[in-house]
Amino acid sequence: MASKELATTTAVQGTMNKPPKAGWLYAPSIEGADHFRLKPRYELFISGKWVEPHSGKHFATVNPATETVIAEVAEGDAADVDAAVKAAREAYEKVWSKMRAAERGKYIFRIARRIQERARELAVVESLDGGKPIKESRDVDVPLAAAHFFHYAGWADKLEYAMAGRRARPLGVAGQVIPWNFPLLMAAWKLAPALACGNTVVLKPAETTPLTALILAEILQECELPEGVVNIVTGAGATGAAIVGHPGIDKIAFTGSTAVGKRIQREIAGTSKRLTLELGGKAANIVFADAAIDQAVEGIINGIYFNQGHVCCAGSRLLVEESVHDVLVRKLTRRIETLRVGDPLDKNTDVGAINSKMQLNKIQELVAAGVSEGCQLHQSHAKLPDRGYFFAPTFFTGVSQSHRIAQEEIFGPVLSVITFRTPDEAVEKANNTEYGLSAGIWTDKAAKVFWMAKRLRAGVVWANTFNKFDPTSPFGGFKESGFGREGGRAGLLPYLADAGSFAAPEAE
Amino acid sequence: MVTKKRTQSKTSRGRTGTSSALVARNSQDEALHLSTGGVSGRRNYRPPHVPPVEAVGLEERAASLAKRSIKKASKVEGLKMAISMMDLTTLEGKDTPGKVVALCRKALRPHEKLDVPSCAAVCVYPNLVPIAKRALAGSTVKIASVATAFPSGQSPLKVKLEDVRRAVEFGADEIDMVIDRGAFLRGDYGKVFDEIAATKEACGAAHLKVILETGELGTYDAIRLASAIAIEAGGDFIKTSTGKVQPAATLPVTLLMLEVIRDYVDAGWRMIGMKPAGGVRNAKQALQYLCLVNETMGDDWMNPDMFRFGASALLNDVLMQLEAQQTGRYAGEDYFSKD
Repeated sequence: MASKELATTTAVQGTMNKPPKAGWLYAPSIEGADHFRLKPRYELFISGKWVEPHSGKHFATVNPATETVIAEVAEGDAADVDAAVKAAREAYEKVWSKMRAAERGKYIFRIARRIQERARELAVVESLDGGKPIKESRDVDVPLAAAHFFHYAGWADKLEYAMAGRRARPLGVAGQVIPWNFPLLMAAWKLAPALACGNTVVLKPAETTPLTALILAEILQECELPEGVVNIVTGAGATGAAIVGHPGIDKIAFTGSTAVGKRIQREIAGTSKRLTLELGGKAANIVFADAAIDQAVEGIINGIYFNQGHVCCAGSRLLVEESVHDVLVRKLTRRIETLRVGDPLDKNTDVGAINSKMQLNKIQELVAAGVSEGCQLHQSHAKLPDRGYFFAPTFFTGVSQSHRIAQEEIFGPVLSVITFRTPDEAVEKANNTEYGLSAGIWTDKAAKVFWMAKRLRAGVVWANTFNKFDPTSPFGGFKESGFGREGGRAGLLPYLADAGSFAAPEAE
Repeated sequence: MVTKKRTQSKTSRGRTGTSSALVARNSQDEALHLSTGGVSGRRNYRPPHVPPVEAVGLEERAASLAKRSIKKASKVEGLKMAISMMDLTTLEGKDTPGKVVALCRKALRPHEKLDVPSCAAVCVYPNLVPIAKRALAGSTVKIASVATAFPSGQSPLKVKLEDVRRAVEFGADEIDMVIDRGAFLRGDYGKVFDEIAATKEACGAAHLKVILETGELGTYDAIRLASAIAIEAGGDFIKTSTGKVQPAATLPVTLLMLEVIRDYVDAGWRMIGMKPAGGVRNAKQALQYLCLVNETMGDDWMNPDMFRFGASALLNDVLMQLEAQQTGRYAGEDYFSKD
């Protein structure tokens, strides 16, 4: 509606061009953390029991909002991994592969229910351990985690429908390594399909966010899941490498950085291990001039500031049609000022803490690169807490595809704004990246949605929305964002023999 | 142009059926002529261009703002602000001076013990304006009157303007008019515009709220267009509903109308106010609306000059919540006067 010239109007009778004044301030509304108790120290979860690590070593996990230690967890080494794999193998051979499929389904269903019953505790611990706002862990992470278990519980005894005409057989023991951005949810995405297909598992949560996986272990005990079906080995990179390299593992599932994903793929080359990778992204969120502009602003905000931008499918490149660039930038400038940055346990917090010092440093380094390369920095004036790892919502204008901040995944609350002129150019720029995980299209014209979606090289394409997940919807990328899908029927295939999308089916 | 039309119609009506078959009749023109006594909107009116609205996204944004947790001092502050923004309303055929006087008293001093502000205004039918004026003489509480053949608006413009002039004569400070939804939905945006502009003129010094009756318009896009027309035609406030039709005010509709105002102010327009009416029944909802205004428009709209609630039952629920904040206990209904 407002043209480019109006954007430079100085005298405005309202005060709409300035960030909103702080008038009515919301009092803190802190979610209580006193309805449960964390153990001061957690051991490894092997064969249904808590087992001390072989090395006797433990490491601390820290609350990134306060920089204080919350608990200690065990440091698993190669010997522990070996014990876990053996336990998984034994459980697979003796119990899990022999169990009726419908019974398997009942265990998974029970896990889903127990997650719901302990939902509040899980949400608070997730926020304490990882830094994400309680609003998100409560309303997104935990419900989706339960939903994945519910969905795959139903598949357990219907696998023959997953592979028409072929007998569905599990692979054996799966080794799973998950990241720190959605700790519980990633555990659910990995465990649920693996178990539904009849596999047993050795899982390693990320070193900065082990706690919800360990509470999940308690839940597995409460559900009386047969011992050894799921084993949880905490540790850092070396522990993950031990899992990847263990000869007793039949299948590796990894979600994390592209760099590590490549290492894993090289490591298992020449073995018969199956592999799925869900890696990084640099998604294009594409806004056309005929978009519903105010809702597009919300979609952009959600796309890059949800979970502090620690999202593999984050819309980190805003591709905006040049004719509405100025209007959109003005609306974004104003909108980021209403994002509340602070205590993850405050129900009104929109943007929580950055997960770790290391990640904060990486974000700061890339933002500095953006500035030094000549892009214009726009940052919210939110007052950051004195302690903790926090970063104010940021976006850059004047960015082009050749800037570092348009190419490298920042994994933080930083958006790069790039312009385009025509749909062809939008497609070209959107696809001009080694990644291919997700994309967003904002237009009121349905025909344009389909035209764009067909041409975008991204595993997940959202139209007039962003960051929408569902256990029925297969999630995964193209190119260096990885391969394999999680969710829906497609999410079963990586856990079934003869069903690998990337392996020819064996002759019967 | 209008005369020519009449002649044509008269001629075709005068003859037998054969002429109707020969004359290419534009049914919309005929409907227009019959329904408005030949008075239609300016032919050259081009409605404002409005960007599209994405319904799912709008509703999600409204829902996420409604999730704000407003506690302690901010809750007390918000509730008091809500009272100061209320247009305490009675619009019933059975309204009498007795009823209106009681309502005015309540608006002036909502509670004997709690320290709360007066309401912004009372809202009544024109015949009750003189009573309200006397009851509220010398106070800060304004008198708003509905007018323009409220709630339907289905009367000739002359009648509607006379309705407005009477109400202003009786002493109304504010006029809440209704747009002609029939004209809007058949595409006669010119008539909608003209009637608002004429009503604004008839208001004189009184300020004009334009009721869109959002529950009848069908889509968010239509609401967006009606809001834009109302602003461009001179309305001081845009208001959702008469309260006589469901759905009345909703959070997404309110958010949308605020966004329209914001776009106009960004483009250099003066500040326009907004009033959700009907459907705001309890304190929790009132606080949700305030969060909407706070985070969409900023502090400049957080006052009775720019934002009002059209409500009746809301006041007692807000008072009950305020009392509970103070004493730590919820008092029963009987502790709050029913007027």
